[in-house]
Parts: sequence; C-alpha cells; structure tokens
Amino acid sequence: MIEMKDVYKKYPNGVTAANGINVNIEQGEFVYVVGPSGAGKSTFIKMMYREEKATTGTIKVNGVDLSKLKNKNVPIFRRNIGVVFQDFKLLNSISVYDNVAFALEVIEEHPTTIRKRVLETLELVGLKHKARMLPTELSGGEQQRVSIARSIVNSPKVVIADEPTGNLDPETSWGIMKILEEINLRGTTVVMATHNKDIVNKNKHRVIAIEGGKIARDQQKGDYGYES
Amino acid sequence: MHVTNRRVITDMKARTFRRHVKESFKSLGRNSWMTVASVSSVTVTLLLVGVFFVIMMNLNSVATSIEEDVEIRVHIDVAANDEDREVLKQQIGGITQVDSIEFSPKEEELDSLIDSFGEEGQAFKLVEQENPLKDVFVVKTKNPTDTINVAKKIESFNYVSSVKYGQGTVESLFKFIDISRNVGLILIIGLLFTAMFLISNTIKITIMARRREIEIMRLVGATNSFIRWPFFLEGLWLGILGSIIPITVVSLAYYYLFDLIQSKLAANNFIKLLEFNPFVFQLSAVLVLIGALIGIWGSLMSVRKFLKV
Repeated sequence: MIEMKDVYKKYPNGVTAANGINVNIEQGEFVYVVGPSGAGKSTFIKMMYREEKATTGTIKVNGVDLSKLKNKNVPIFRRNIGVVFQDFKLLNSISVYDNVAFALEVIEEHPTTIRKRVLETLELVGLKHKARMLPTELSGGEQQRVSIARSIVNSPKVVIADEPTGNLDPETSWGIMKILEEINLRGTTVVMATHNKDIVNKNKHRVIAIEGGKIARDQQKGDYGYES
Repeated sequence: MHVTNRRVITDMKARTFRRHVKESFKSLGRNSWMTVASVSSVTVTLLLVGVFFVIMMNLNSVATSIEEDVEIRVHIDVAANDEDREVLKQQIGGITQVDSIEFSPKEEELDSLIDSFGEEGQAFKLVEQENPLKDVFVVKTKNPTDTINVAKKIESFNYVSSVKYGQGTVESLFKFIDISRNVGLILIIGLLFTAMFLISNTIKITIMARRREIEIMRLVGATNSFIRWPFFLEGLWLGILGSIIPITVVSLAYYYLFDLIQSKLAANNFIKLLEFNPFVFQLSAVLVLIGALIGIWGSLMSVRKFLKV
C-alpha cells in the first residue's frame, strides 16, 4: 500500500529531514506517526502524497512509483488519496456542501453522483444539516469534519491526516477520531501524524516514531512514548 | 458501443465547460473587491489606449491622404516626338518603385490650370491657341517616401525638361509625418508598460486569496488545465467588463467632436477625420480585444506561479 525503501530527503537549505527510512504500511491499517517537532514527521507524511519528492530511495503508494511519477500525473495520483490538515484548508467563500462537492467536481463526476455522494458523506460526519452554511459559521471541530468529508468523498484508498486534532479541544478531538476510526473500519488506510498523547494511548494502533529523520520505533498497538 | 462512449465523453466536456463558465462568474462576485480593482485598471488603461488610438488613427489617415496627394510631374521636352515619349515612359516604368504613369497632354494641363483659377482663369482662354505648357507624365510611386529618389532618377532621363514634386515642402512634410508616427509608437509602448504595471499590481493583491484556492484544487486532484480554465474565463470577463466604459466614452466623445472638428476643418478639404461608422466600431473591437488579452494575460500570470509542482 505505502512502501518506502532507503528514503533520504535533503532540502536545498541543507536540512536532512529523512535519513534512510524503510517502512511498509498495509491496506486497511491505522497508523500514528509521532515524534518531536522538527523530527521529520511532516516530510515523512508529505512524501506520501507527493507534496515533497524523496532525494533518493523509492516510495510506492497504491502501486505508483512516486520517483517515476511525472508532474502532470500528480493530480491523477492524488485522486486516490485523501489529505486532512491541521488548518482544515477549506474555502471560506463557498458553502460546506460546495467545499465537499469540489473534490468530485474537479474529477468531473456526474452531477447526480456528486449530489448523492456529498450528502452521504456529510451524513457520515454528522453535518448534513449544516450543508448550506459557510465554513466560517462552523466551530473548529465542525470545520475539520468538513475537511475530512472532502478528503473521503471520492472513496480514496488512503487518508493522510497531518495533525488533524492539532487545533481542537480534547472533546472535539475525540469526535474527529470517531470519524477517522469509522473510515478505517470501512477498509481505508489511515495515516495520522499527531502530538495527542491521550488519543494514541487510548485508541491503540500501530505507532511509528520519527526522530532525526529516522524511524526510531515501529510498534503494533504502541504507546505515544513521549511526555506531552 | 464506441459511439456511446464518445457521446458520454463529449457530454462530460460540455458539462465541465459549463461549470467553468459558471464558476468564473461566481468568482467575479465572490472576489468583488478584486473584480472592481481589476476592471478599474483595465478601464483606465483602455481609456488611454482608446483616446490615443483615435488621435493616432486620424493623424495617420490625414498623413496618408497628404502623402497620396504627392505626385511627380515630369514635364516633357517640346523636342520629344511620340516615339521619344514612349521610350521615356518605358524608362520611368522601369523604375521599381513606380506605381502608375499617366499621360496628360498640354491641352489638358491648360484646362486644369484655367479651372484652378476659377472665374479669373477665363482670361487664360486667350492663350489656348498658343499653349505655352508642356506635355506631362504624372508619376505616382508605390510608397510616397520614394518620391524624392524616383524624381531624381527621372531627372537624368532624356527629353525630361523638368521634374516637379513640391521640392522642399515634400521633404519637410515627410519628416513631420515620420516624427509624429515615431512619437506615436513610443507613446503606445509607454502606455502598454503602464497597463502591464497596473494589471500586475492588481494581481499581486489578489494572489494571496488565490493561492489557497489553487492549493486546495491541486490537493483534491484537479489537473492544471482544469484549474486554469475558470481563471482564463474570469480574465476574459474582467477584460470585457473593463472595456465597456472606455468604448462608451470614446464613442460618444468621437460622435460629438467629429461634427465640431469636421465643421472647422471643412475649408481644408484634404484633412478629413475618419467617418464615425465604421471607425468607432473598429475602435470598439480593438478595445474589447486588448481588454480581453490584458485580462487573460493577467489571470493566467497569477495562476502560473502556483501550477509548478
């Protein structure tokens, strides 16, 4: 599903963010990516959806070799990957419904399919009744749920979440986790970078800890392992 | 089976295109402040271009009509017989820059001279029996500026008594026309730079809002051309919207000024302004076209930066 072999990433400014990473994530897994700030978590995650390219080594996602992927084919590749961010990345000028529909419009889905899928997905995240509202009229947790809805509306094989609960209070964070767990139960691989100790320790899943650009620990049903 | 597939595909494209059009209109409303700013800069630019275009085109038309009036009059020596004249005509025709040669016998010359004096000219009727004038070849060059060179060449031919083309006047006239055209060109270039500056500044302001939009489109798997389309159309609408006021203002102004100026120039019958129709319609087409190009250029430039993966 996601396979990294001897991956190195050196930025032009000299920072080495990945220093020989080997990892294999299977279809349907739920994986936490933990580690101190600046340890290379973000780069690790960004390389999975080809926001960053590895300097050397091979990365395969959904059977696509990212080192050989041409720039113009990146959008097509992204259609099988849902990405969720700490800052939601919603368009504040259009409605919740339109934000979610956006992901299907760009891949030129049929309007009736779009309508059906958007409403189903909004129902899954519990926001069907707020479909007509603007993102700015929603709470942070609700905005994150819209963002998750957008990432899964085209049924991607993998959802990558970069600190999805980073801006949310504990209670709201659990709401987000419930949705991610639900998505995972339906067979979607979930990779989630997080600093949330409680969540990692209570909802047990595989934990990959990154330190100094290397995998320091890779543990099934692991603990957070750091003082938060 | 194949046919059905193709129909599905074309149907899809048409729907996507409608989406782009709808999206581009929505975006104009959504970014209303930016729309006003962009339309204003296009409007200002096109007003300048429009006014300038009117002046330039009229100057050019006056210059052209003056230039066209320039002709070389070759006075043929009285000693020349029909054959000599034919040889001379061949020689003149052999000069590559020559466009047309017209023979005007001395009788005709006298008639037109008498006519040009009006009533008083009647006095010359007396000399009709002993016409003192010479037969003339009226030579026109393909390019008016070749007049002087051609005249000099003709002067050297046999049986040429004298060559007249308004020596002195023509040289300074051409110089004047040349200078005004160059000044015009420089002003146009300056204007285009001003336009680019205005548009690119407006775009800089909008880039931040756009960055997010494009980033998200890329994130959810939109191809570059899919991202570009609404921007392309939006630029097109901005340009067209921006050309409305300049077209109205310049057309109305031309309509009123045309009558005013034309009546003052009426005495001077070789200076004619370009007729309202079709000139104003051509002008409008040019302004819409420039507006659309500026708009599209501006929009696409602002997207380009974000489409590099």
